[in-house]
Amino acid sequence: MELAHLIAGIQSITVIAAAGLIAIAAFGTALSFGMLGGKFLESIARQPELAPMLTMRMFVMAGLIDAFAAISVATGLLLVFGSNPFLVAVLSAAANR
Amino acid sequence: MTANFLHPATSGEYIQHHLEYLQLNLRTFTMEKGGFWTLNLDTLALTIIFGVLFFGLFYFVVTRLSSEVPGKLQNAVEMTIEFVQQLVKEVFHGKSALIAPLALTIFVWILSLNALDLLPVDLLIRILFCFGFAHHFRLVPTDDPNFTFALSLSVFALIIFYNFKAKGFKGVTKEVLTVPFGKWLFPLNVTFRLIEELVKPISLSLRLFGNMFAGELIFLLIATMPWWIQWTAGGIWSIFHILVITIQAFVFMMLTIIYLSMAHE
Repeated sequence: MELAHLIAGIQSITVIAAAGLIAIAAFGTALSFGMLGGKFLESIARQPELAPMLTMRMFVMAGLIDAFAAISVATGLLLVFGSNPFLVAVLSAAANR
Repeated sequence: MTANFLHPATSGEYIQHHLEYLQLNLRTFTMEKGGFWTLNLDTLALTIIFGVLFFGLFYFVVTRLSSEVPGKLQNAVEMTIEFVQQLVKEVFHGKSALIAPLALTIFVWILSLNALDLLPVDLLIRILFCFGFAHHFRLVPTDDPNFTFALSLSVFALIIFYNFKAKGFKGVTKEVLTVPFGKWLFPLNVTFRLIEELVKPISLSLRLFGNMFAGELIFLLIATMPWWIQWTAGGIWSIFHILVITIQAFVFMMLTIIYLSMAHE
């Protein structure tokens, strides 16, 4: 029973952490992609002849923005679907007792 | 059961098994983790195979060039080389025999290794299992941080080398001590410079690793879904992932060029 309490505590905290990891990453990228796309369209409307050059640079920036959100989302998904290292530590401690 | 990763009990175990490398302990020469003295054989094998394959292909095309009737293969190779050359010309204004070939190598190598992500996650493991090979095997070398760090540390070494080559020992010392706040605040300048330089290899490699790892993990999650929805989910994510694969190879190459041209100026 005590073990069940411990596991439930870790799981609830982990879910909140994973939700934060995924949600904040999604929020940040959504916001910055909006800004990036908006500015891109604005500058193309101003100078249409620069469009090919700007498209390439926009994709570079998209790659830069995407990276850290991807790391964050992967960490969150690993906590939820993979094996949770904190839970594994508690379980092995309980098994050794 | 020899291969419990083919028939795992839970989806968590399935994912965990697919995230293990084929490791060789260099102290005892057994297939287990050995701390620092561990070789990831799957990463090494795939990177070498694909490096030889693609650069052999490029070499093969270059040896039998034809200016009258260029084939499709020759056109593809020419397009890649011209694309990289154009980018290097735009960003880097000095003269260097190294930067353009380096950029081409990085782009083609990373692109081909990233493209392995599009193969089904169980394909290679099952084929190897048919030949009696019951070990872990990671398919995508670029989601091994050891490989991405190896790439970015090589680029980092080149950045330092070109700093000294372009400016001389005196020039570099002067720049490190006096930029950006002038000579009286030199401790701050040195700290800023150190942070700025050290962030480069870390961000380069973690960016590539993070994207590829996230992609691979989502493919694994899709593989644990029921079979009738795997096609739709996997198809959508594959199409999106083609974009990520290309962009990450491109960004790695672009940042290498930019960093090296910054070292020259």
